[in-house]
Amino acid sequence: MFNSTHSAPPPFWSNGPAPGAFYNFPGTVAPVTNPITHTQSPVTTSTSIVSITYDKGVLIAGDLLASYGSLARYKNCPRVIEINPNIIMGAGGDYADFQYVKSFIEQKIIDEDCLDDGLKMKPKSLYCWLTRIMYQRRSKLDPFWNNLVVGGIQDGVPFLGTVDKLGTAYTDKVICTGYGAHIALPVLRDALDKKPNLNLNEAKQLIKKCMEVLFYRDARSYPKYQLGMIDVDEGVKIEGPISVEENWNIAYMT
Amino acid sequence: MSYVLCPEIPEPGFSFENCKRNALLESKGFTTPKAIKTGTTIVGIVYKDGVILGADTRATEDTTVADKNCEKIHFLAPNMYCCGAGTAADTEMTTQMVAAQLELHKLYTNREARVATANQLLKQYLFSYQGYIGAALILGGVDIEGPHLHMIYPHGSSVDLPYATMGSGSLAAISVFELGWKPEMGEEEGIQLVRNAIAAGIFNDLGSGSNVDVCIIRKGVVDYRRTYDEANKKGVRQGSYKFPRGATAVLSTKVVDVEEVSVTPVEAERMDVAAF
Amino acid sequence: MMQTGIRPYYPDYSTVPVERQINPYADNGGSVVAIAGKDFVVIGADTRLSSGFSIYTRNQNKLFPLSETTVLGCSGCWCDTLTLTRILKSRMQMYHQEHNKNMSTTAAAQMLSTMLYYKRFFPYYISNILVGLDNEGKGCVYSYDPVGHCEKATYRAGGSAGALLQPLLDNQIGQKNLQKPSQEDLTQEKALSTLKDVFISAAERDIYTGDSVLIKIITKDGTKEETFDLRRD
Repeated sequence: MFNSTHSAPPPFWSNGPAPGAFYNFPGTVAPVTNPITHTQSPVTTSTSIVSITYDKGVLIAGDLLASYGSLARYKNCPRVIEINPNIIMGAGGDYADFQYVKSFIEQKIIDEDCLDDGLKMKPKSLYCWLTRIMYQRRSKLDPFWNNLVVGGIQDGVPFLGTVDKLGTAYTDKVICTGYGAHIALPVLRDALDKKPNLNLNEAKQLIKKCMEVLFYRDARSYPKYQLGMIDVDEGVKIEGPISVEENWNIAYMT
Repeated sequence: MSYVLCPEIPEPGFSFENCKRNALLESKGFTTPKAIKTGTTIVGIVYKDGVILGADTRATEDTTVADKNCEKIHFLAPNMYCCGAGTAADTEMTTQMVAAQLELHKLYTNREARVATANQLLKQYLFSYQGYIGAALILGGVDIEGPHLHMIYPHGSSVDLPYATMGSGSLAAISVFELGWKPEMGEEEGIQLVRNAIAAGIFNDLGSGSNVDVCIIRKGVVDYRRTYDEANKKGVRQGSYKFPRGATAVLSTKVVDVEEVSVTPVEAERMDVAAF
Repeated sequence: MMQTGIRPYYPDYSTVPVERQINPYADNGGSVVAIAGKDFVVIGADTRLSSGFSIYTRNQNKLFPLSETTVLGCSGCWCDTLTLTRILKSRMQMYHQEHNKNMSTTAAAQMLSTMLYYKRFFPYYISNILVGLDNEGKGCVYSYDPVGHCEKATYRAGGSAGALLQPLLDNQIGQKNLQKPSQEDLTQEKALSTLKDVFISAAERDIYTGDSVLIKIITKDGTKEETFDLRRD
């Protein structure tokens, strides 16, 4: 956790030497200790993640927009990614934090590959590890401002779990974050109550409908999205950009 | 000053006489009691022959359920009903007052009141209180111009829409409408859609719960179906919670003989209405 | 010379004042109820995990077995629960490997108190109820506040509906405010039916309690598990 700003380190005790220094001359002005402030709110953000398990795998969808406040700033920001042949992940919230988290997940995957033991990380391990990463940062009161959704195949069984910026984590058959938790989740839960074991096609249709409704109602959403798929038989596929089928007839009604 | 012979008639409108005192008390650390908020799902749609309104029946006070079966679809006029979300007292009083004004308006003009009139009365009233009257409303009705549905916000703005949802469960309910609503829907289809929208709120929003109320307004007929659907069945208790005789202590006993009293019934006199 | 307002070189060892604003805690709701008898103890927790007005999941286990005879029930801030129970689990394992025996319920109860107080100034925001059989095989219940105050009891309700349920248990299990308290020992059936019934009542009035209850019944013969459905609204 080193910062690139190379300022002198603070002294060990008042008027004492700084780390790496041997002495401190008297009469030096003590540094003014202004409080450090951290990211207390996200800056460039992405919105909901919608995900669902089906009989043979997991689908994770997220649109391609990164907003700068209310400005639709970056329109091609992928946030559904393949981690390894066992795992896919989606992320919402601060895009910079996501890229940072992503970079050291990638490093972890490289480290594991270097062991050359033929073992691949499984989704539960990544999920558990992310829980600790997020909790550690929230405990420093400097959280990664993200909602992470981990999907994968754990020993032949679909797995879906999520971690938020505090380290709150849970697994379920449907997980939605951001506005999706309010708008898409009721639709998905209802569908799953009616038919607990969906096939791939049904799951895809549901996700498609949810992304459409989210585009209508979430002002920070975008009509282009990515769909990450991990299947017991077919492995990982990240599809997209997929366009939302829009219908604005209703706008002309009243 | 009030006199015995001529009692003081209170000024119309709200009384603000305790505002200063309350502000002082609050500054000294006294917490003012919270009003009951109806964390709510309320919806309305326009269908082929009219309007269907729907509501859940849970009223919450912070995280506890204050009322498990309250009514959120309020009467405005024989051809108009209004769903209320927000502060329970505000929605009830506002709709009651506007209902009275609409009745007077009907008597004065000798015509059935229009939905637009009710909409205007409600929004002007709410606007004059700048959002301090916490009533978020869905107004639906059928008049000479056909079916109308208005959504009115606490600050006094309104929109007319073919389908509308409000309250804490509005997001859950709107997704049902976005996927299911079509122009010129049939009645059964429409009721089912409204039920599903309310159920989405009941099951996914913690501020909404219990039953589904539905109100179907057609031209000339209103079909108010209270407890249209019991979305949740209450659990069945296993134990018995009857207390055995003597569970409560008797501290002292005193017997008083009651005198025999004779009762003479008096016929109630009818009110004199001849003068009117 | 240190520049002002710039992040120090070793942030983890910095003594510079730091201003922070985010709220590191969340209230994820949930209720836990435990009732102990002469040779058994039952503990139940609802399975709803929520935040604000949303339900995260309807199926979250909040009971954590620490040993053959000890179970911990947690409700409150879920991220703290995950962390605490993970540390507890490894402490139980370390104890086992060091002493070549399982930690007793009373020892686990004491350890939990110590672990909570260790975080006195950045507490785990959890309402904990630990149950188990003591060395004589008697059922016991320990309840905690977030910073490690521990109290032994025979029955306890905690979590979002704790204040709603405790008086009911006082009357039904503790026989409080009754003129002629029953002299009979509490049976497992009565404990179990009361536990289920209080959860039914809690689901009626507390918005954070619902979906279903997971119950664990601990006797000398081992732990039995049971689930029971609640309202889902």
